[in-house]
Formats: sequence, structure tokens, C-alpha cells
Amino acid sequence: MLRYIIRRLIWLVFVLVVITAITYAIFFVLPGGGSEAIAQRFAGKAPRPEVVQEVKIQMGLDKPLGIQFFNFTKNLFIGDQYGWPGLGKSFTIRQPLKPILMERALVTLQLAVGAAIMWLLIGIPIGVLSALRPRTLFDRFAMMFALIGISIPVFVLGAVGLYAFVYKTHLLPGTGYKPLLEYGFQPWFSHFLLPWFVLALLYAAFYARLSRANLLEVMGEDFMRTARAKGLTERRVIVHHGLRASLTPLVTVFGLDMAGLLAGAVITERIFNIPGLGDLAIKSIGSQDVYAILDVTLIAAFIITFANLVVDIAYAFLDPRVRYE
Amino acid sequence: MAEPLLEVRNLSVHFPTEDGIVKAVDGLSFSIQPGETLGVVGESGSGKSVSFLTVMGLINRKSALVEGEVIFQGQDLLKLPGEELQAIRGAKIAMIFQDPMTSLHPFYRVGDQVAEAILAHEDISKKEAAKRSVEMLGRVNIPRPDERARQYPHEFSGGMRQRAMIAMALSLNPDLLIADEPTTALDVTVQAQILTLIDRLQSEFNTAVALITHDLGVVAEHCDHIQVMYAGRIVEEGTGDDIYYNPMMPYTWGLMRSIPRLGAETDRLTPIMGSPPSLIHLPDGCSFSPRCPYVFDRCHQEDPALIAVDGRHAAACHLPLEERDRIVAEEVLSTS
Repeated sequence: MLRYIIRRLIWLVFVLVVITAITYAIFFVLPGGGSEAIAQRFAGKAPRPEVVQEVKIQMGLDKPLGIQFFNFTKNLFIGDQYGWPGLGKSFTIRQPLKPILMERALVTLQLAVGAAIMWLLIGIPIGVLSALRPRTLFDRFAMMFALIGISIPVFVLGAVGLYAFVYKTHLLPGTGYKPLLEYGFQPWFSHFLLPWFVLALLYAAFYARLSRANLLEVMGEDFMRTARAKGLTERRVIVHHGLRASLTPLVTVFGLDMAGLLAGAVITERIFNIPGLGDLAIKSIGSQDVYAILDVTLIAAFIITFANLVVDIAYAFLDPRVRYE
Repeated sequence: MAEPLLEVRNLSVHFPTEDGIVKAVDGLSFSIQPGETLGVVGESGSGKSVSFLTVMGLINRKSALVEGEVIFQGQDLLKLPGEELQAIRGAKIAMIFQDPMTSLHPFYRVGDQVAEAILAHEDISKKEAAKRSVEMLGRVNIPRPDERARQYPHEFSGGMRQRAMIAMALSLNPDLLIADEPTTALDVTVQAQILTLIDRLQSEFNTAVALITHDLGVVAEHCDHIQVMYAGRIVEEGTGDDIYYNPMMPYTWGLMRSIPRLGAETDRLTPIMGSPPSLIHLPDGCSFSPRCPYVFDRCHQEDPALIAVDGRHAAACHLPLEERDRIVAEEVLSTS
């Protein structure tokens, strides 16, 4: 098991280097990119060559591309003057990116965790109840809700939500992020409520369908018949035997969904003006802040590969048939 | 004759579907005496599993129309409320299934699964139940049962899993064990071991056994009484000797001819032609008539009743007895 984890961690580092290289290539090698073009963009209107050269030196863009890439990767793993991991400096605000990224990651974390709690609490019970009463009115309504939930794009639902709850009824305050420690619970919670719900609805619908399908499948398994033949109560048959087997596969999906969100819920963050990683990614692309883009990409890649590892390890504990050599 | 342990009277299990009503079991009557072994033989779809799942109350009553009576120790199980049936299930009537690979829960230790059955019916401590489960695993010849009890089903071979299933089923010393094709999914050598084990435990526990199988060879050796089922009904019943040496209807003959034998003159088996009838549209008259090589007019018009040939030996066929005797002597036993 330990050897397996170490192997996976080495693999993770390799993946990160490859992703850095690809992202680097996109901005520095492809047409329209390159050190020269980037420096010109930050050197003001119609800059003289000396100014461009000056900017290049300031930003570390004067060195050959290979050296630049090497330095970036080296800093990433052993740290730079702003600490570990070395994430570089923003071109636009001329400040170290690490504290900015940390702050934004924390905001995204709050958004993702809140939404996850919501969608698990909504999605799984609906799915389970549907599976226990297949083809009833409840089931049909629940699955219709799920279909709608899956089909509505987040940007539509977000806009409709804002219109209904903020603009029309004033039940909720506007958009934005109110840090818990600074503003207290109520403003923090009320500002997050709608984004959580909007984000959660899509996933809740998906989880309802998934847990329904899984449980329905498990209900037909031979071991469920054995459990009944043993004379267990129906409740124990369903909870102890059915749910245990049908909800375990959800762990995989949940791990990856969480990872995807932690890497930045781009649309939701933009609609509700939440300064998370996804919001930073969009803004950085707009302003050609190459190191910020690189960092966000790397963080996303790290979270997703790491979550994969965590899910795989968790699975070994949940399913005794899974063993890693 | 003593009071039967289980008496099924005129049992019908019909499943309404979009295409029509599937008559899985249609007017089935039989009984099992305490301690007796009843063999139930038939092809897939003959209703043998469905009828016993109904006895266990494992048929979803919402999707099936169940009629008739299932009298077990004086109570009609079909009229019993869910909770009382639950108390009987596992404790007084236990069941083991065809595929031991999928019949155990993959996420729980084998010992815990056996203990769970005990705990469902007896008010004892978990520790006590665990001890009993290890003891049971030992009684079904699982080596090092204390170690094996802590393992998961995927660490067991097919034969070992079926042993564990048997241990689970017998842990509450039931009066009736229903074994639904317990050896079908196992290797031939393991099959014999499992059947011998069931035989041995049956005499130790004095349990009645209903052995459901499609293998006539298996039942002949292990059963006191055999009933042959076709299209949801019994078409012939009798002792092992009756069925094996004096089968009295064409479907049983077909089954006999399908058994491979050592030293037979030919190395070809004679299968029963055609396939089992649709249980939605049963043929007019005798349900075996479309596949029967000895069919005549009457077979298409009138459904033969199960008529006693000799004592408890009965068969459902229109052919005259002398004719049947001749066919058995000349065509069935000689080729087999």
C-alpha cells in the first residue's frame, strides 16, 4: 500500500511537470505568445525597443525559453523568495502570487464544500427513495426534477436565481463574498446561499439519478435475496446491505466532482462575483497574466490528480476486494 | 402418514406483464414430510425456483398474483403478516442459492454474515454469535474456521462459499432447507462434496430438504421423493427408483435420455426437441404436447391430470399404461 502511494506521488509530480510544460508552450511558443509579445503588452503604448528590453529584464523574460521554464519548475518544487511552493509574481499587480492564490483557494473551498453538503443532502435521499419506490408518482417527479436539474445550465439558473431572490423579492442580499471572520455568520451565509444552491442543484440532480440507478441495480443482486432469506428486517436489508453496496461507488464520483470544483467553479464564481480561483483564471487570461494562469492551471491539475489518489486509497478501505500492490 | 412439514396446495404464481400474464406456477400441489428430501427437477422456466421463492415469501407480492395455500407447521405462510414471516424465514425455513459467487455480500466478512443470520433471530451477544458462526463454519468442513470467518467472500473459492452459505442457512437449525440448484455453478468434484455435506448435515440436524435442480442424476441419488416439473406444474412424481427405473411420461423420458452415461452404445445424447413453452400462451391440452414424440389427438384437446400409477408414483400423460411400459422398456431404459 505504502509503495503504491509513493509510486502514485511520483507519478503526480511527473504529471504536474508535463502540464506546466504544455501550459508554458501555449503561452510562450504558440503564435501570438512568446516573451517578446508579452513584454510589449506590458510596456505601454507603442513602446521603444529599450523600454521593451527593460520590461523583459524586470519580468525575467529576457532569458532563453528553456531557462525560463527550468527556473519556473525549479521554483515550483524548491520554492522562491516568497516561500514554497514558488508560484512567481503577477505581471499585472507586481506582487507575489502565492498569498493571492491561497486566499482565492480558500474562497473556492467554501463555495465547493457548502455546495457539496447541499447536493449530497438533496441528491442521495431523493435517489434512494426513488429506487425504493420505482415507477411511483414520487419516483417520476423526482426523476423529472433530476432531468431538469441536469439540463439547466448554471448561468441560466444563476441569473434566474438572482432575479427571483435578489432583484424581485429581496430575500437575499446581492452578489459578492463576505468573509466569515470579517462580517460574521449571517452576511457570509446569505451571500453564499444562492451560489451554493445553484451549484448544488446540478450535482444533486446527477447524484439523485446515480444513486437511484445504483441502488436499483443492487436491489436485484443475489446477496440482497440472501439477506432477505436470512430473515433480516427490510430496513436492515436496505440500509446494511443495499445502501452499503450501492453508495460506495459514489465515493469515486464525489471525489472527482469535488476536485473539479476546488479547481475553480468558473461560471458560478463569475455570476455571483465570488473571488475564487475560477474568477482569477478568467481575469488572468483577460489580462495576459501568464504566471497567474500557469499557477491556476497547476493548482487545478494538482487538486485533480491528488483527489484521484485519495479516492483510490479511500476505495481500498471501503471495498475489501480492492488491493494495491 | 404423519402431518407434513410443508404442504403446498393449488399454488399459482402469475406475473402480469405487458405481453400478458406469465403463469410461472400454475396449480401446484405437493408436500414435504419432516426430515425428508424432496427433489424438484425441471428445465429453466419450469417454475421450480419461483414456487420455492414463494414459499419463502421472497416473491414481490406487488408484481405477482399469488393464489393457493402454503401450509408450514399448521400456518398458511401466504396469509402471514410480513413480520411473522420474517421470523420464520432463516430460522425455520432457510434457503441456499445457485450462485455462491454472488450470494454473499462482497463487503462483509464471511463470519459476520453468518453471525448476522443468528443475531436476526436470537437474542444473544455479538460475541456469542461470532463464536457460533465459527463453529458452524467448522461443521461444514471449512478448514481453520476461525481464520476463515475473518475473511471476505472473494477470498473463498466457489465451493467454500457454498459451504459458508450452508453454514449460514443451518446456523439456526431450520426444519426445512431449500437448496435452489446448490451445485450448478460449481465444479463437478466440488458438486459431489457439497451434496454429500448436505446429506450429512441433514441427518445431523434432522432437516427436511427441498433440492431443486435440473440434474436428474443428482436427485436420484440424494432424494427420498422426486417431482418433475414442467411449465409450472408437476408432470410426474415418485421415489428415486420410480423415476429412474420406471419413468412414466415422455418429458421424464426426455430428461433420462439427456443424461450422459458411461458405457452407452452411442456417444450422442438425445436432447428434448424444441424449447419450453411460453408461459403466457400455454399450448392447448397437455403443455408438453408440442415437444412430445408420442403425441396424439387427445393430447391437444385435454390436459392430462396427475394420476397415480403405483402408490405415490404419479404421472400426467394420456398414453395408455401398457404403451408407456413398452416404450420405457424398449426405448428409454435400453438406450440409457
